[in-house]
Amino acid sequence: MSLFWITAILLIGVILPVLTERFGRTVNTIFTMLAPAIALAYILSLVPSVLAGEVIVEYLEWIPSIGLTLSMHLDGLALMFALLILGIGLLIILYARYYLSEKEAVGRFFAYLILFMTAMLSIVLSNNVLQLWMAWEVTSISSFLLISFWSSKSGSRKGARMALTVTGAGGLALLAGLLLIGDVVGSYELGVILASGDLIREHALYPVILILVLLGAFTKSAQFPFHFWLPHAMAAPTPVSAYLHSATMVKAGIFLLARMYPVLSGTEMWFIIVSMTGLITLLIGAYVALFKHDLKGLLAYSTVSHLGLITLLLGLDTQLAAIAALFHIMNHAVFKASLFMAAGIIDHESGSRDMRKLNGLYKYMPYTATLAMVAAASMAGVPLFNGFLSKEMFLAETLHSTALGFLSWMIPVLATLAGIFAVAYSMRFIHDVFFNGEPRDLPKTPHEPPRFMKIPIEILVVLCLAVGIFPNFMVGGLLEAASSAVLMKELPYYSLSIWHGFNLPLLMSAIAIIGGLLMYAYRSHLYRFQSQFKETDEKLVFEGAIQALIRGATKIQDYFSNGSLQRYAAILLTFTIVVTAVPLINIHTVVSHLPTQPISGVEITAAVILCLSAIATVIYHRKRMLSLITLSVVGLIVSVAFARFSAPDLALTQLAVEVVTVILLMLALYFLPQKTATESSPGRVSRDIGIAAAIAGIVATINYAFISQPFDTISDYFIANSKTGGGGTNAVNVILVDFRGIDTLGEILVLGIAALGIFKLLARVRLSMQTANENGLPWAQDRHPPILAMISQSLLPLALLVSFYIFLRGHNMPGGGFIAGLITSVALIQQYIAHGVDWVKPRIKVDYQTLIALGVLIAALTGVGSWFFDRPFMTTWFDYFDIPLIGEIELASALIFDLGVYLTVVGATLLILANLGKLTSVHRPTPEE
Amino acid sequence: MEIAYVICVGVLTFCGVFLCLRGRTFSVVVGLTMLSYAVNLFLFSSGRLNLEGAAILGMTDNYADPLPQALTLTAIVIGFAMIAFVVILAIRARADLGNDLVDGRDPPDTNKMIKSNEGKS
Repeated sequence: MSLFWITAILLIGVILPVLTERFGRTVNTIFTMLAPAIALAYILSLVPSVLAGEVIVEYLEWIPSIGLTLSMHLDGLALMFALLILGIGLLIILYARYYLSEKEAVGRFFAYLILFMTAMLSIVLSNNVLQLWMAWEVTSISSFLLISFWSSKSGSRKGARMALTVTGAGGLALLAGLLLIGDVVGSYELGVILASGDLIREHALYPVILILVLLGAFTKSAQFPFHFWLPHAMAAPTPVSAYLHSATMVKAGIFLLARMYPVLSGTEMWFIIVSMTGLITLLIGAYVALFKHDLKGLLAYSTVSHLGLITLLLGLDTQLAAIAALFHIMNHAVFKASLFMAAGIIDHESGSRDMRKLNGLYKYMPYTATLAMVAAASMAGVPLFNGFLSKEMFLAETLHSTALGFLSWMIPVLATLAGIFAVAYSMRFIHDVFFNGEPRDLPKTPHEPPRFMKIPIEILVVLCLAVGIFPNFMVGGLLEAASSAVLMKELPYYSLSIWHGFNLPLLMSAIAIIGGLLMYAYRSHLYRFQSQFKETDEKLVFEGAIQALIRGATKIQDYFSNGSLQRYAAILLTFTIVVTAVPLINIHTVVSHLPTQPISGVEITAAVILCLSAIATVIYHRKRMLSLITLSVVGLIVSVAFARFSAPDLALTQLAVEVVTVILLMLALYFLPQKTATESSPGRVSRDIGIAAAIAGIVATINYAFISQPFDTISDYFIANSKTGGGGTNAVNVILVDFRGIDTLGEILVLGIAALGIFKLLARVRLSMQTANENGLPWAQDRHPPILAMISQSLLPLALLVSFYIFLRGHNMPGGGFIAGLITSVALIQQYIAHGVDWVKPRIKVDYQTLIALGVLIAALTGVGSWFFDRPFMTTWFDYFDIPLIGEIELASALIFDLGVYLTVVGATLLILANLGKLTSVHRPTPEE
Repeated sequence: MEIAYVICVGVLTFCGVFLCLRGRTFSVVVGLTMLSYAVNLFLFSSGRLNLEGAAILGMTDNYADPLPQALTLTAIVIGFAMIAFVVILAIRARADLGNDLVDGRDPPDTNKMIKSNEGKS
């Protein structure tokens, strides 16, 4: 078996409870416990080897191509946590079976619980910090689902949201920290990171890394000032509180601190931040716990305080302190889980958690009361119970701390003070609930819970005692293994025993116990003092902060995204100006090497016409027909320019496209208003002129910058190989159909898709048509002038012949599929214009969609064909043949490819124009006779 | 000559961008057409300006760069497809929305909005 099986089995275990829910609660519970039990058994089988010092590391390739590998890592620390997670988890499942009523969605609850368990185990078993982070976030999400399990209650929803926000935000900080660590170390693997402690500590980014990782750990472990979410998470069902918010999830932060201890600790910064945060949390938690009337509230703050204690220990930076921290993690998990479960029983059997109502329950449930008292004594740190041992180690270590320099004496004093509070609130938990008179108006008469509900508590309480009395026998080995994993060197001497002789820590314990009892006895004074403060509801503060955040975000969003595309375009263009102008400003010298070529009168004239007509288009853009005419002048000059600058193919293409475009726009004008009203305010116009001018300036500058540079091209290869490799003398065409054939295939595909998209857009469109032109003149009655019809009809064969010629010669002379296709299209459109759709349709029985598909297919198949000759995709073949009468001709497979291009172009162009043109006859208003 | 060339590209860009920022669909279509002329000329000029040098083997000694030409050729065709698509989209928008505004509705009049809010409160 492998460690990966643990997560795999648990993931299957997530589904099991949902599937078995219908068979009743008991069967459901048994099936739910199945997966964790198997996982626990497997982990237990590994205990001897891990205790012997072995570290089990396993790898599983996930996406090797980008270096992602899943890996697992089981050492002493992970083992300790895994045992806690699975062991307590099993007890919680058993407990929850009795806690939840039959009406509730028990299956769903168990599924969430197992999901959480899987995530938590994945955290502790991860060998890769990113994998750890993933699992970390899954615990946040599954804990959200568990806290909000009673989603009908507002408190549950708010508590869950708060927990998710705080821990989720911390998780993001952690991710940033882990990424930085990965960057510094060069690996995300735990083994490598743990071995590079010095590298990280000496790195300039160390403070940033430390703060980010600590943010993750502190939010998760409810350290001050992020502690407020934990008490509100108590809205969860009690099994959840017992499991997540005492034994496991809140310990994930502590786990992270322990895991990163060899890497991050050992610096002044770590001492100060970690120990001070821990100390403050310890004190605040212990103090506030005393004033909570809610049983679970008391336990929640007590948990906060104990988490602070562990954090403080990890921040003390003596090796023994770290060992004490690990020991306390175990002890706290055991006694706090049992206390929560006891609180749950009390709530369940008496209907209230309010300690002002709960009194004298000993009479009604003596057995539960005894169990709870043992656990509470352990929480208070009374000798013979496990809590005492680790607390005493804690007190001893505070004495050795030097973190605060000359003020270090404050740490043991404050620790003792926190101990006094702890005893006082533990006392309150026992005395208020089980003694102290009679219960006051409880909803139910309390009684002992079902037999099996007590079993989990019994087991944990027995553990409290057993560890408290025989610490070395019970956990000595485990603690040693965990400690060596955290310290990563020889362990210092320590002894786990109850009696260390009369010494200062014992005195401090005694002071804490006596002081705590006294404080409890005179608590009424404290309560009076505390009642002067106004209580703030963190929920309201938190919700208020979130609402303010949302309002701010909405405001910003509304400002930028008001649904106006014009505005988006303006913002985008402005952004483009900024992005492109900044690098241009930073270039100080434009070294021009090429001499500028002389300019002749022809070129000047063309440039002037081009500029004038472009500007005229802008000026007259409200008179749409006029602007269309000036636009076509621009297009013509552009194609002339191509011809002038040695690009005959381009000139031909531009010319043909120009014709098609103008026809298309004229058709479009038929359905659009003929004029544009003056709408833009002068301010808007000048803003747009500014944006346009800036962009034009930048574009022209860049253009000048590169055309004046010395010429360095990769095209020599194409020219050299055009004839020998591609079999054609027209290098442009050979590039299109041969060298870069795949690009062309992609382009005709785009053309085809655009045409089909247009076809779809025009389907079932409802258009309104003007009956007259812009000047109020009705359209001409003579729809198909006979002379036009006559001429275009007789021109058709000629035009087709020309396009055929252009197509054939394309490989060697200017021409080719694109141009021939456009010429054919223009010739056919001419027929549509002259005769109307109704006349053309029966005569050209071609389905244009099929034509497009055929074209793309032919082009693609030509490419595929080369596979049959064991050549790569799109390899062309050509040879020369001598045909009698005609002479030698060349046949190339590129010609077939070009045929595909030709068909696609014809199909796409005609599909667009014919469909739009058809609408003019469908929607044409019939003139009134 | 280069200077005249880039001035033309600049003017076309200016007119194209300005028209693209107008509020009516037809102006935007014209603007896009103009902008695609500018872009095509811009791309084409990366092969420098050659006279009498068409890249046909055996016709000249000094070939113009065929690669930008091939790229520009497909750019022209694709540009046509794009403009056709935008035009039809404009027609469809006119049919479905009843106007030919780019935003599909009249620009929000802030004064009017403030007044209507006052009326409500």
